[in-house]
Amino acid sequence: MEAIIFYIFSALTLAAGLFILFSKNLIYGAFALFLAFLGVAALYVLAGADFLAVSQIMIYVGGILVLLIFGIMLTQKKKKSDDSTRHNRVEVPTTRKIWGFLTGIGLFGLLLKVILSSDFRMSGEEMSTKSTIKTIGVELMTSHLLPFEIAAILLLVALIGAAYLALNRNPSA
Amino acid sequence: MTTIPVQYYLVVAAALFCIGLAISITKRHFIGMLLGIELMLNAVNINLVAFGRHDPERLSGQLFALFVIVVAAAEVTVALAIILRVYGRFKTVDPDQVNELKQ
Repeated sequence: MEAIIFYIFSALTLAAGLFILFSKNLIYGAFALFLAFLGVAALYVLAGADFLAVSQIMIYVGGILVLLIFGIMLTQKKKKSDDSTRHNRVEVPTTRKIWGFLTGIGLFGLLLKVILSSDFRMSGEEMSTKSTIKTIGVELMTSHLLPFEIAAILLLVALIGAAYLALNRNPSA
Repeated sequence: MTTIPVQYYLVVAAALFCIGLAISITKRHFIGMLLGIELMLNAVNINLVAFGRHDPERLSGQLFALFVIVVAAAEVTVALAIILRVYGRFKTVDPDQVNELKQ
């Protein structure tokens, strides 16, 4: 049962990724990225990371994807056709197709060879079914306190920097 | 509780990483490249979570994945601000046409 769900969500994630790779319309690609994030969140749940799955959905789908779609819409060409029955497609040309596919397939072959020939000997016992939230909270506040605070400062710096960069984005106008 | 072997997660993550790499190489749009980078970061997180399953007391893998998510959020905001700035200056989002330094 668990294996079937794993296969379904893996297929969903990979199909969404391939759809982004082959679709010409970038808006469709952004929506396919939503499916890919959802599939990855389901894989987190299957690996026993419940808190991380919820954070994934909240941060990626709620924040990053909305930002990306805003970015696509803010960088459109000014002149669009006035015909309201036509789609305003965001056509994206592709280039370096041969190198892209060669790199992707070559790296995948290499990684597949390494993974299939590996023989991991896991020392710790498997994750039980209990929730991970308490452990994550205790770890964040004790042994990982410094990275936690640095992440907070990083987010503040990124916020100020992004706001400053995007403030006057048309100096000529 | 039947568990899925860690190699299955690794294969899925490797495939997702390579798809993301191919996307960010082939797309001629800055935001298309960002989509590929996000896919690659997610693939790495799958690896971290799959290995972190065998560490139930300390959960180092999941904590690292959490920090990767935070850094990805910071990265995408700054990247979008830079893309908007580049678009305001060059009026294009094609990385091949922003080649002022090459001329």
